[in-house]
Amino acid sequence: MPKTTAFHSRLEPLNETKVWKNWSGFLVAPQFKYSLTNEYYAIRSSVSLLDTSPLFKYRISGIDSVRLLERIMSRDIKRCKPGAAQYTVWSDEKGFVIQDGVILRTNEFEFFLTAGEPTLRYFNSIAREMKLEDVTVEDVSEDFGILALQGPHAHNVISQLTQDATDLKYFEAARARLCETEVIISRTGYTGDLGYEIWVPTNNALTVWDALMTAGEGYNIAPIGTTALKMARVEAGLLLMGVDFDSSRFAWVDAQRETAIELGWSWMFRNLDKDDRDFIGRAAIEAEIKNKTSRWKTVGLEIDWHSYEAVHLDAGILPPKNDLYRESTMSIYRRTEIPWDYAGYATSFLFSSLLRKPIAIAKLPLDLTETGTEVDLEVSVIRKPVNVLAKVSSLPFFNPERKTAPMGGGK
Amino acid sequence: MSNSNNYDAIVIGGGHNGLVNAAYLAKSGLKTLVLERRHLVGGAAITEELVPGFKFTTFSYAISLMRPDIVQDLRLADHGMMVLPLVNTFQPGFNGEYLLLGADADANFHEIARHSREDAESIRDLSHLIDRVCFALKPLMDNIPPNAMSDDPAELAAMAGLKDYMAGLEPDVRAMIDKFVNCSAAEILEEYFESDLVKALIASSGIIGSKVGPRSKGSGLVWLFHKMGEYDGIFGEWGFHKGGNGGFTEVLAKAVVSFGGTILTDADVETVIYEDSVATGVRLANGEEYHAQTVVSALDPRRTFTQLVASDDLPESLIKAIGKYKFQGTAAKVNFALSDLPNFPGLENRKDIYMGFTNLGPSIDYLEEAFADCEAGRYSKKPFLDCCVQSTIDPDMTPPGKHIMSCFVMYAPYHLSESDWDTERENLGDVVQATIEDFFPGFGSLILHREIVTPLDIERIVGLTEGNIFAGELFADQMFLNRPAPGWNQYRTPIDGYYQCGSGTHPGGCVIGGPGKLAAQQILGDLQRKEG
Repeated sequence: MPKTTAFHSRLEPLNETKVWKNWSGFLVAPQFKYSLTNEYYAIRSSVSLLDTSPLFKYRISGIDSVRLLERIMSRDIKRCKPGAAQYTVWSDEKGFVIQDGVILRTNEFEFFLTAGEPTLRYFNSIAREMKLEDVTVEDVSEDFGILALQGPHAHNVISQLTQDATDLKYFEAARARLCETEVIISRTGYTGDLGYEIWVPTNNALTVWDALMTAGEGYNIAPIGTTALKMARVEAGLLLMGVDFDSSRFAWVDAQRETAIELGWSWMFRNLDKDDRDFIGRAAIEAEIKNKTSRWKTVGLEIDWHSYEAVHLDAGILPPKNDLYRESTMSIYRRTEIPWDYAGYATSFLFSSLLRKPIAIAKLPLDLTETGTEVDLEVSVIRKPVNVLAKVSSLPFFNPERKTAPMGGGK
Repeated sequence: MSNSNNYDAIVIGGGHNGLVNAAYLAKSGLKTLVLERRHLVGGAAITEELVPGFKFTTFSYAISLMRPDIVQDLRLADHGMMVLPLVNTFQPGFNGEYLLLGADADANFHEIARHSREDAESIRDLSHLIDRVCFALKPLMDNIPPNAMSDDPAELAAMAGLKDYMAGLEPDVRAMIDKFVNCSAAEILEEYFESDLVKALIASSGIIGSKVGPRSKGSGLVWLFHKMGEYDGIFGEWGFHKGGNGGFTEVLAKAVVSFGGTILTDADVETVIYEDSVATGVRLANGEEYHAQTVVSALDPRRTFTQLVASDDLPESLIKAIGKYKFQGTAAKVNFALSDLPNFPGLENRKDIYMGFTNLGPSIDYLEEAFADCEAGRYSKKPFLDCCVQSTIDPDMTPPGKHIMSCFVMYAPYHLSESDWDTERENLGDVVQATIEDFFPGFGSLILHREIVTPLDIERIVGLTEGNIFAGELFADQMFLNRPAPGWNQYRTPIDGYYQCGSGTHPGGCVIGGPGKLAAQQILGDLQRKEG
């Protein structure tokens, strides 16, 4: 039987659909309301509250914690100063991505990390291999719940409960007191909007939930499920493991694996030639950059609205749009003389109600990745494959100023 | 005259259609000027902060019919267009009965089944049929209609093509279109439903803004028109624009400017300047002149043909048709700032029931009685109200925890037989308030501020003749081939270079943009032909 998170007793009555799914062995709501689009707009128009507690959580501490993380992480952990947060990945020796996650550095020798899959033994095995003496990796997954408070009014809500969030810049983190509880707040999120993530000790989870919901009432705060979150993250151009890529750890063949560069994270290696970090996968990544051996690049795809309309109208039906979010692979073809000239594939597809058009996250061979390049995306119209025009775009699709704007001015 | 007053195109009136028209013209490279009489653009689609922190959608209050192709062409999403979907429709009945419909078809089935199990099934059949009707009529909404009075071969061919198109529709779709045109909403509904509450909820779409009751012929077509909107590809779905409908027209204004257009407010156009039936510009009330070879009126047909130009200069048949064109506004607005949400007995503390339209008009008889008052030249003693508490969807409409409630009021005839609107304004407010109190006891104690907008106010402030919210009734003899007059339904006027693009042209009223877009299409085509 699935477990429940520390917030479940509050979430249960709020779930109008009474549908639950399993996330890493915990019950979570895919959606709370019948109208998914309405639920989604809490993220873009008011403020949303999301329980992401099923994520695996680790505390990495000790004098040697930096050394350990420097070895494991493909991105330079030293650039994550105390009080900062960092989006990072860890790769295998062949340069293939094992996982991505967000790491918070609460002080010189203490880090908190979220991950989609367990990684305690893996981290410890590296520490043992390195013979590090002063580092502890603790699985604190069940010690904390995590709430994501996301949306234009997120600061208006959290600032009623603590002043400690106000000074946080984008991707900063701090220990704070909230409702007499020690929490960790980071100005991070998976929505591409203004927002905070709050690590709450499990035994005070409900107090914090109640306080946030009460503070948010006047701003129409709404609990959101995982689907609305995923819709927002497509607009934000944020990848999802298991959907946009798979962990190299349990892949059978390299065709199932991807490198950080193929996933669009080459910016993590901007200063690679200037540092001497000895991280796992470095040689492979260097070779990939030098020899330009990336098989794909991850790009945004804007589907041409007129083309999308036309292929459906011509068939006598309305194009599907409402509440449309898909995680199935869709094929992409070159627009050449050759029919169905396979080029790549889309992994996440969304009809963005906000952007008023369908968008997708796609993998394309390098010669097709320039912004504006035209490709064909295969959709199914009355059970038949049909191509619609799509254009390569940069990610993110949506990037509001408020996401990174300073909040010091208060309301 | 200074060069700075020379433009390629001038649009008179900064309502949403004027802005759409100007955006298309500017986008095509014309140096375009919008002249708006008031201090703000938006026409009837404005948001005003009448009480600090409370944003009132004074007139138009929801959005659905805005044509999706316009949203794409003018890149409105880039300029901040954000239509928040409505969650529920709440229809209180008598004695604590109610219907609460939402986004889930199965939940709706069981909700309607509380009133009638057959109706719960019927609504699926009817909705699907109406969707197919809307689909069939979509090309008519999105294209310039043919001219039935012309013997130009192209127009004759277009008329023949239209006839073929209609004849080629599937028989059940064609039959349903005939019903919408020829039957009352009530007649159609009798065929499908037994529950009065269900019938009344749907019938209310057939009377909005029009001088018809649910049993009047004509209510069928008004109903159909209101289903033609699309929200994310669903026909008949409505939403609230972020910041109210004024938020939407601000987006349009940004689009105009982004394409290089200019908008001037406090610019009251008195007359179109023309010579030998060729337009050359406009003159403002303050005497200032602006010149352009293309002048577009976004005002209603009466103003376009009898005030901005001299009727004597136009064909008699046109002036006669415009004289007969019916405005006869029948709607008012009462908007409230509230300290808290109303309470419906039995559904206390349920914010969700207000997240959409709240429809006060519990039976066909109730609506028909309200209409009887209108026929007698009185406002309804028990009016039909289409209410929405927009702050439940968009928290930025009010200070936290407070609410704004827009109430669309039927019927409030422009011509009162025994009084006048300046006398009756507060009385109308009291009647509306008492009606809400009938369904939501204690409502009165929540009111922080009340704003009353009579049909006369709509005429005075927005400039819509007789306060008709659609710039002319949506009756069959005033639609499509006949909007605003037979032979003049293609956005041109008898004066060369002078065009019309308001809601008084095809496809018609509501925040729809179609008239503005199609007029621009016609103008740009004409300019090309002139050059060619």
